[in-house]
Amino acid sequence: MANLSSNFIGIKSPNPFWLASAPPTDKEYNVVRAFKAGWGGVVWKTLGEDPEVVNVNGPRYGAIHGRDRNLIGFNNIELITDRPLEVNLREIKRVKRDWPDRAMVVSLMVPCEEQNWIDILKRVEDTEADGIELNFGCPHGMSERGMGSAVGQVPEYIEMVTRWCKQHTRMPVIVKLTPNITDIRKPAQAAKAGGADAVSLINTINSIVSVDLDAMAPNPTIDGRGAHGGYCGPAVKPIALNMVAEIARDAATHGLPISGIGGVTTWRDAAEFMALGAGTVQVCTAAMTYGFKIVEEMIDGLSDWMDEKGYTSTDQFIGRAVPNVTDWQQLNLNYVVKAKIDQDACIKCGRCHIACEDTSHQAITAMKDGERHFEVIDAECVGCNLCVSVCPVEDCITLEQMTEGVDPRTGKPINPAYANWTTHPNNPNRVMDAAE
Amino acid sequence: MADALSAPDIRSGRLTPEDYLENFDDLHPPLGAHEASVEADRCYFCYDAPCTIACPTSIDIPKFIRQISTGNPVGSARTIFAENILGGMCARVCPTETLCEEACVRNLAEDKPVQIGLLQRHATDIYLSQTERHPFERAPETGRKVAVVGGGPAGLACAHALARRGHAVTIFDARDKIGGLNEFGIAAYKSTDDFAQFETEFVLSIGGIVVECGKALGRDIALADLRRDFDAVFLGMGLAGVNALRTDGEDLAGVIDAVAYIAELRQAEELSALPVGRKVVVIGGGMTAIDIAVQIKRLGAEEVTIAYRRDREAMKASAYEQELALTDGVVIREWLQPKRLLGEAGHVTGIELERTAEDDAGRLSGTGETMTLQADQVFKAIGQSFVADPLGAGDVPALEGGRIRVDGDRRTSLADVWAGGDCVAGGEDLTVAAVEDGKVAAAAIHAALSA
Repeated sequence: MANLSSNFIGIKSPNPFWLASAPPTDKEYNVVRAFKAGWGGVVWKTLGEDPEVVNVNGPRYGAIHGRDRNLIGFNNIELITDRPLEVNLREIKRVKRDWPDRAMVVSLMVPCEEQNWIDILKRVEDTEADGIELNFGCPHGMSERGMGSAVGQVPEYIEMVTRWCKQHTRMPVIVKLTPNITDIRKPAQAAKAGGADAVSLINTINSIVSVDLDAMAPNPTIDGRGAHGGYCGPAVKPIALNMVAEIARDAATHGLPISGIGGVTTWRDAAEFMALGAGTVQVCTAAMTYGFKIVEEMIDGLSDWMDEKGYTSTDQFIGRAVPNVTDWQQLNLNYVVKAKIDQDACIKCGRCHIACEDTSHQAITAMKDGERHFEVIDAECVGCNLCVSVCPVEDCITLEQMTEGVDPRTGKPINPAYANWTTHPNNPNRVMDAAE
Repeated sequence: MADALSAPDIRSGRLTPEDYLENFDDLHPPLGAHEASVEADRCYFCYDAPCTIACPTSIDIPKFIRQISTGNPVGSARTIFAENILGGMCARVCPTETLCEEACVRNLAEDKPVQIGLLQRHATDIYLSQTERHPFERAPETGRKVAVVGGGPAGLACAHALARRGHAVTIFDARDKIGGLNEFGIAAYKSTDDFAQFETEFVLSIGGIVVECGKALGRDIALADLRRDFDAVFLGMGLAGVNALRTDGEDLAGVIDAVAYIAELRQAEELSALPVGRKVVVIGGGMTAIDIAVQIKRLGAEEVTIAYRRDREAMKASAYEQELALTDGVVIREWLQPKRLLGEAGHVTGIELERTAEDDAGRLSGTGETMTLQADQVFKAIGQSFVADPLGAGDVPALEGGRIRVDGDRRTSLADVWAGGDCVAGGEDLTVAAVEDGKVAAAAIHAALSA
């Protein structure tokens, strides 16, 4: 079995699977259950100042379901912990004492005044927790009070608060970022400038999961009205992966440790985040859907995959996909693929045909010699992957690279050389050869 | 062997009241809302969907399934009724395993088609139980009149489509209520809760249709009179004749026409009142053979054997129907043809069967080897035939292979007479095919009356 142990900015854990700051980490009872189940660490649900906040007494969660009620997307309007600060601190201290090998990070959110941060940092240090995470991401409720994403949306505030924390505590500082911005690199750069040891992302996305068409109000509906909530779960993973990659490959933040968050449900999701540079991953929705036991599959799956690939430690693959994330203009325009339908696997549903015919390039037949038959017309196929995406049979349609001959669509010979948009003749801003 | 035969054991009330309820309950319990939602999600929404092509009435199956999937079962039912006003019954009785579900592309992927029949039933059940309103509006009266002979699936579909277009329709039916085989022929466990009559009332609720029961063609009404009094005539009278075994002993008591027995069963107030033999032999290989075998078994017969002259592959009853019978404990014996019915004191006691064989050309012949099965009842289910006499003499529709000849529009050799359902040549003897006949004929009649 591969070694899954993790050392993330000095915080050690037996595996990279942490529970994110959220309801599953709100109290000792849950966290102990999580550790018993095998989780490598937790980020304790965000602490604030007393008096403790209050939550709504109506529904806090909304969901997007698949047809068989599989949970695809999830949102919430819950606030930070609604338990007294002292109770949380006492429990954190006890759990850390009882579970010394697990990562114990404490999420914090107090008003943007230096003294407020100094006060809470001292109290958290007393718990012997391994580190803190600054909650600059919560998009509802707390943001209306000038905290959470209200801070995360202003890079100057991020830098300022991060600097205070680095100045006033010995604990490592992780800055949790909100995705509700236009360019994730800016808040990450600000965190780094403030001295952050790491960033974690993404927090939840502003969302209305659905509208109750009888009540004419957003779900979840509380006495006839609803507010936007934070969206998470499998549906947000692609957004999170991109933001993680943007930070990992930005020259200004390259190498800044990242804890990846956003729809992590399986070992494979975790491996993908880690390939894009995440040193650990944080999980919430999957645990809230299935319970803590899912970590067993994550541990086994990641370990089996590492064994299969010959990785003996997670360092060997963390960030390995980052160099291959590039800008569109760097993509090889001489790379030509054509879709190919495996006629033995084809079940003749015709979805590839109608998708291509109605919405794309008219490159798939519906009929051949009077028979229902779906075949790619190479002279029309641009290799777009739409047919592959809509085909219900896995691996029935594949994209095959043309390595020689003439592309029947363009009539141009296949060029084995790499060439991108920056030098393309149609690009008015192309890089000219000196001779031109 | 003959002395081994015992006196006939025929009794009613072989079972407890609970048994009857259970045995004649819905063959396929309807899908719950969640089941339907999950099943609907399995539909790939195929291009030029093979299921729709396979449906004799061309129901837009991907569309109606998608409407279930999006929480619009009432709209889904409207999609179904637009092509097949008897979509509720067809959802129950269609041999979907040889029609839409056989064509489902999921068979290629996993041998498990989308359960189209059950989804169709889900949508139509919701419509019929929750909506008072008829799904379609009748066009303004045209003043034209059409006579429909026979209130079975073909006649009902034709009448509905004509009434919808504003024509005045009169349905004549020989029996005391309309519905045809839906009412008198379908196996009881496929049409529970008097669904046939319920659906008939739904069809008639379009308006503009008058029903005259107890009016048999050739007895109470004449084709010539109908042609004189109406602008067009549609014949959908089904098959009145039953094929005979043509063996000795066919007139013995206990030798029963399966079609008549099923009609009696369908109309029975109390199933426990029906006479049921302890040992039963069914002769035939079609749907009627399966239907009588399964139902008589479910009425309490101990041993039920279907004897068929060829092998199971050649049976007209689908593999699915055969499985149903086998599951119920019916024995299917192949390569046997009736030779002689045995009896004592005027009552059948058994049947002598001859083993058959097929030559290279596929011709069947007896081998001379015989065997005897004891039987308290022998059911004849070897097919029905069209009885042409009621059409009258003189100017009557031409026949083909013993049934009425029609063209693609279901028009007979007479310009003002159309026909459909089991009484026409080349038919498939299916409810859904009869509905399509009625629908096509109605369109042609409308075109002719509008010309």
